[in-house]
This record gives sequence, structure tokens and C-alpha cells, in this order.
Amino acid sequence: MTQGIQNAPHPERPAMTIDAPPPAARAATSRPTKALGAPIVLIENVQKAFGDNHVLRDVSMTIRQGEVVVICGRSGSGKSTLLRCIDQLETIDGGTIRAAGHLMGFREKNGKRVALRDAEIARQQRDLGMVFQNFNLFPHVSVIENIMMAPVRILKRPRAEVKAEARELLARVGLPEKENAYPRQLSGGQQQRVAIARALAMKPQVMLFDEPTSALDPEMISEVLDVMVDLSHQGMTMIVVTHEMGFARAAADRVVLMHGGEIVEEAPPEQFFTNPRSEHTKLFLSKILSH
Amino acid sequence: MNWSWTFFFEYLTNGFMFRGAWTTVWLSVISMTIGLGLGVVAAMMKMYGNAAVRYIAEFYIWLFRGTPVLIQLIIIYTGLPQLGIRLNVIESAILGLALNEGAYLAEIIRAGIMSVDKGQNDAARSVGMTWRERMYLVILPQATRTIIPPLGNQFNGMLKTTSLASVISMEELMRNAQMLAQINFRVLEVYSVAALWYLLLVSIWGLIQQRIEAHYEKPFGPAAAISPEAAKELKKAMQKAGATKV
Ligand SMILES: Nc1ncnc2c1ncn2[C@@H]1O[C@H](COP(=O)(O)OP(=O)(O)OP(=O)(O)O)[C@@H](O)[C@H]1O
Ligand SMILES: [Mg+2]
Repeated sequence: MTQGIQNAPHPERPAMTIDAPPPAARAATSRPTKALGAPIVLIENVQKAFGDNHVLRDVSMTIRQGEVVVICGRSGSGKSTLLRCIDQLETIDGGTIRAAGHLMGFREKNGKRVALRDAEIARQQRDLGMVFQNFNLFPHVSVIENIMMAPVRILKRPRAEVKAEARELLARVGLPEKENAYPRQLSGGQQQRVAIARALAMKPQVMLFDEPTSALDPEMISEVLDVMVDLSHQGMTMIVVTHEMGFARAAADRVVLMHGGEIVEEAPPEQFFTNPRSEHTKLFLSKILSH
Repeated sequence: MNWSWTFFFEYLTNGFMFRGAWTTVWLSVISMTIGLGLGVVAAMMKMYGNAAVRYIAEFYIWLFRGTPVLIQLIIIYTGLPQLGIRLNVIESAILGLALNEGAYLAEIIRAGIMSVDKGQNDAARSVGMTWRERMYLVILPQATRTIIPPLGNQFNGMLKTTSLASVISMEELMRNAQMLAQINFRVLEVYSVAALWYLLLVSIWGLIQQRIEAHYEKPFGPAAAISPEAAKELKKAMQKAGATKV
């Protein structure tokens, strides 16, 4: 595992200043620029409303293979909704989402779009992994079964082979000894790491994280962020909604600010933190950093 | 006083009464099992169906909860032949009891499914499970916990409700007691014995139920994340179902 991100800032806790980044963030600025691949998530003019509440207004964004994008923005700005739309947990009202080679939620037939059925959407979802704020582990099965359930029961892969992989994943998230524990026996940070392993077990091409550390006690945040930084170093394409600016500095290729259902700033971390263009970003940064 | 211990003990050891009790047991088990199937289907239809499907389920639940089982049994056995549908006594008894039970269980099952945290469904979808897989692998195993206790109470009720099948001459405990009563007119003795049989059956079930509930009470997670609204919903359904223990 990589060196921990200590003192990762959090809206509720004293945060670092921009001029004096913590060790991990300093390491981040000197990290080698990685080569990004072809576009793997293409979001075009996406609209989403809940009743009269227009939560996403014309969101467009392209994410390339291996890229790590951090999305931030204040509560209610539509961050979770965007992730849920990408993973088809919500259906979009307009626009297009292409991810991992799929036209998410639809099929093209004679130039027209046909909404997919449940089973077809499920097939697309297998290529994306999602990590939730509240972990959402399956409480009725053990840790290893949480990880093995989808590959074994859905992909019908041989148990022994999947089990070996699941053990590797558990080692990767630093919990090799917790294989037979039940979710309720784990701390929040451990549960979230199992949740990451569960998502990885399907070998997704893109990982989506919705505030993976905001339900955690402060002392557990870095153990989860470490795993995520590791994952980014291994070339995983990641879209991460988080307010952990230390993570953004350490791992993000791009930071995006959402406001009122729109993307108002989109920049590499250095520029995002030191030279933001949007007033919204300035306000957001001043709030998050001057606590 | 006209109480005969001789008759009492004669009835207590009577093979005819024993066979009646045995019939009560299997009639209850079969009706409950079919009722459970109907309840699951009706609950699914009501929760996940389109408008037409939902309406059918709601109509079924409304109809069978809104009318006495006694009338349902009589209509099935003696009324349906008028429409050319002829069922024998056993078929009629099972059908009537199961249809009635299914309507009550549907509400209990629905409340159980609603007690499972919404995040579970999201998580199951995010790893690519279809609706069927989500239900089977994630939602129902967790809903079972909340469903088991009221289900046990329903079976307790079923053991006694089967006595109503005596009116369509189903030869269960009650009917056999009636027949013995007509031979010797030892009404008090024979019905006391019948009552004891019911007490015995219900008590045995009570012991089994305790063990099942103890098994399902062992936590697998932080109280399976039951939301306050879901808890209320469940309580309502259990009360509607006439469960004594909530
Ligand atoms: N299922 C839903 N039904 C109705 N409204 C919803 C639903 N989900 C989200 N919303 C609304 O959409 C808006 C955006 O919500 P969303 O969860 O995407 O915000 P967010 O940026 O993730 O905020 P937070 O930081 O609080 O998580 C909010 O006004 C919210 O009330
Ligand atoms: Mg959110």
C-alpha cells in the first residue's frame, strides 16, 4: 500500500493551507504525468429532473481511459445524481452517456433510441463499478461472499477461481484476515474497503465513487483513500465525488466543480486550487479551506 | 353433573380424533405453503407491476381480506359447481384457505421487502444484477428476517382456521369431533378433547417457532438497516393480519 494521505482536509475539520501541502499532496505534484488512453466515458448534454427539480442541466464531460476525475460541489449540486445516471441507477431525461463501450440505458435501432430492459441494463452495469457513501455491503453474507456473489452467481464463473481472485482483492485493500467476517463486524473504513473489492471483482472498466469517505470517522478516511490512490496508480479510470482535497491533489488528473446541475469549472488540480476561473470555485474553495 | 371421564379418555385415545388432528396438520402446512407462494406473487405484483397488474393484486387482497373465510370455502365448494367448476372437498379446502392466507401474507411480505434498505438495491444493481437476481440474492434473504415472526403467527392462526373447513365436510379435527358427538351426544367431552388437540398442535408449533425465530434473530448486520417508516408499515401489516404479538 502507498504511503498514507495524512491530514486529508474535510469540510468539518481544520484543513491544510494551499501553500503548505501535506506530504502526500507534495508527492502528488511531483508525480509523473501519466499517459491517458482513449475516451471511455462520454457524457453529452445530459439532463435529469426529479419532477420540477432540474438536477442536471446539460452536463457534458469526457473521461479518458486511466483518468481520475474528482467532482466536487456543494450539497444538492447534482454530483450523486450524475454518478447514478452514469451507472444507470437513474434514467436520464435527455442527452447521451457512453461508458465502457455501451450506450448506457439505450439501444440504437434504425437511428432511433430504444430504452433497454432491466436485464440488458444489468449487463451494462457489470462494466462499471460503484462505491457508495454508506458502503451498502450485503449484510447477510460474509466479506468474501460479498465479493464473490456477483462473479459466481451472475457471471457463473467457477467458485474456486473467483475465490482466489477475491482473496487477492482482499489483500489489495489490506484486509486479508477478514475473509470470513460479516460486514457488521467491520469498522466503516474496513467496510468501505470491502465495498471497493466487491466492485473490483467484476473487473469494471470504470470505477465510480460517491463520497466514499464522508460517512467515516476521521481516523479511517486515509485507509480508504490509500486504496483509491493505489487503484489510480494501477491505471483504473475513476470518477470520484469527494471533498477530500488531499486526494484530489494526490490522484486527480482533473477536478470538476458542479453548481446547480452544471459543470462550472474543470481544470487540472494545480490550476483548480491556485487559479480557479469561476467565482463559484473561489467561493467553494474558500469555504472548504478556511474552516 | 354429567361429565364422563370414561368418554373423555376414550376420545383422547381415539384413533379417529388422531387422524383428524393429523389432517389438520397437513391441511395447514399445504395451505400455508401455497398461500405463501400466492402472497409472494401478490406482493411482487403490487410492488413492481404496472398499473393493471397492481390493480389485480390489490383487488385480490381486498376481496379475500374483506370476506369471511367461511363464505369463501362455501362458495368454492358448493357455489362454483353452479358455474361448472367442480372441486372435491380437499381441493376446495386447500384452495379456500390458501387464497385467504395469501391475501394476508402479501401485505406482510410487502412490508418485509420494504424494510430492506434502498441502498441494497442500488448496490445489487451496481454489480450488474437483474431484478430476479436482486430479489433472490439480496432483497428476499434480508426481508425474510422481518417476515418470519408474523409468518409464524399466521401459521398459528391457520392451524385453528382449518376448523372452518368442517362445514364443507373436510374430515379434519373439528369435523371428526362433530361426527363423534353425534354418535354418543357426549358434546362437552368430545369438544374438550378437540380443544386439547388444538392446544397441543399450537404449542408444538410455538416451540418450533421459537427456534426458528431465535435462528433469524441472530444479527447479520446492524439491525438490517430497517427504516422507521418501514418499521411502521410492518407493524400496520401485522396488525391488519390480526397478529397478536407485534
Ligand atoms: N430520488 C430522488 N427523488 C427526488 N429528488 C432527488 C432524488 N435524488 C436526488 N434528488 C434531488 O436532486 C438534487 C441533487 O441531489 P444529489 O444527491 O445529486 O446532490 P449531491 O450533489 O450529491 O449532494 P450531496 O453533497 O448532498 O450528496 C437535490 O435537490 C435532491 O433533493
Ligand atoms: Mg451526494
